[in-house]
Amino acid sequence: MDVAAAKLIGAGLACFALAGAGIGIGNVFGSYLSGALRNPGAAGSQYINMLIGFALCEATGLFGFAVAMIILYGS
Amino acid sequence: MKMNPMEQFAVKPIWDFHIGHYDLAFTNQSLSMLLVVGAATLFILVASAKPQLVPGRMQSMAELVHEFVANMIRQAAGEDGMIFFPFVFTLFIFVLFSNFFGLLPGIFTVTSQIAVTFALAIVVFLTVLVTGFGKHGIGFLRLFVPHAPWYIVWLLIPIELISFIIRPLTLSVRLFANMLAGHTMLKVFAGFVVMIGGIKGIAALASIGPMFMIIAVMALEMLVAFLQAFVFAILTCIYLNEALHLHEQH
Repeated sequence: MDVAAAKLIGAGLACFALAGAGIGIGNVFGSYLSGALRNPGAAGSQYINMLIGFALCEATGLFGFAVAMIILYGS
Repeated sequence: MKMNPMEQFAVKPIWDFHIGHYDLAFTNQSLSMLLVVGAATLFILVASAKPQLVPGRMQSMAELVHEFVANMIRQAAGEDGMIFFPFVFTLFIFVLFSNFFGLLPGIFTVTSQIAVTFALAIVVFLTVLVTGFGKHGIGFLRLFVPHAPWYIVWLLIPIELISFIIRPLTLSVRLFANMLAGHTMLKVFAGFVVMIGGIKGIAALASIGPMFMIIAVMALEMLVAFLQAFVFAILTCIYLNEALHLHEQH
């Protein structure tokens, strides 16, 4: 196959990394919610850790997106 | 008409300027950076112009930001991390203002260039290294030897080393990819609005759908702009904490 077709297939495959990001982010927020519903007093103190966890998890998903962009538009 | 969502990230020179064969042109990215730094400086200068004991509105805003960053450093790095307060504050303000200004139409997003974010991340990494080796000498390498039985430690040392070396890369790509993804999504939906709006007849009114998506994504992007600046700053504090206090518990 020619390079252009391979590029498109590669970019599509690289986007599978975003599935992991979705699962991870859902995990982070789900754990925070279930913990906050059991112990509402501790919810405030862990808010910042939840935001950090969300950002770190989103980052790994976006690494895959960055690879897809590089494949498509890198020159 | 081919719509390219990546066109917005092209760096275009405004005034060409060469020294030898170095291209030092003043680009649209330089203009945005000047805007960001000018706005941040103006904000702090106006807020601290006439300091009063009971602060007025501008002074309260600056004090809010100051206390936010100071609390972040104290929480993550302890009281002797406060020596890095100017550094972390500058990083936080620069990344925050660049992210937010990029959302305004027409202004280039400075942090959507891997060159800029990698420069910031390398500065953080070098600061961590210099602090660690300066404070502990060669004992800084104890950072890579966790407290574990011997048969696990020799497996963990290369893992710790790799995860340490890769820090500037993840720090920079996290910020860069978030900005890239957000702005690309906005541009793609904007393309949809134009494409659907170009249909002849009453169906062109359906272009209000992607418009609502743009508004929703814009709200998300504002959250992400603040969150990414915060995460960059707090990871800097955590890495500096590791350099200052190697593995001590508080």
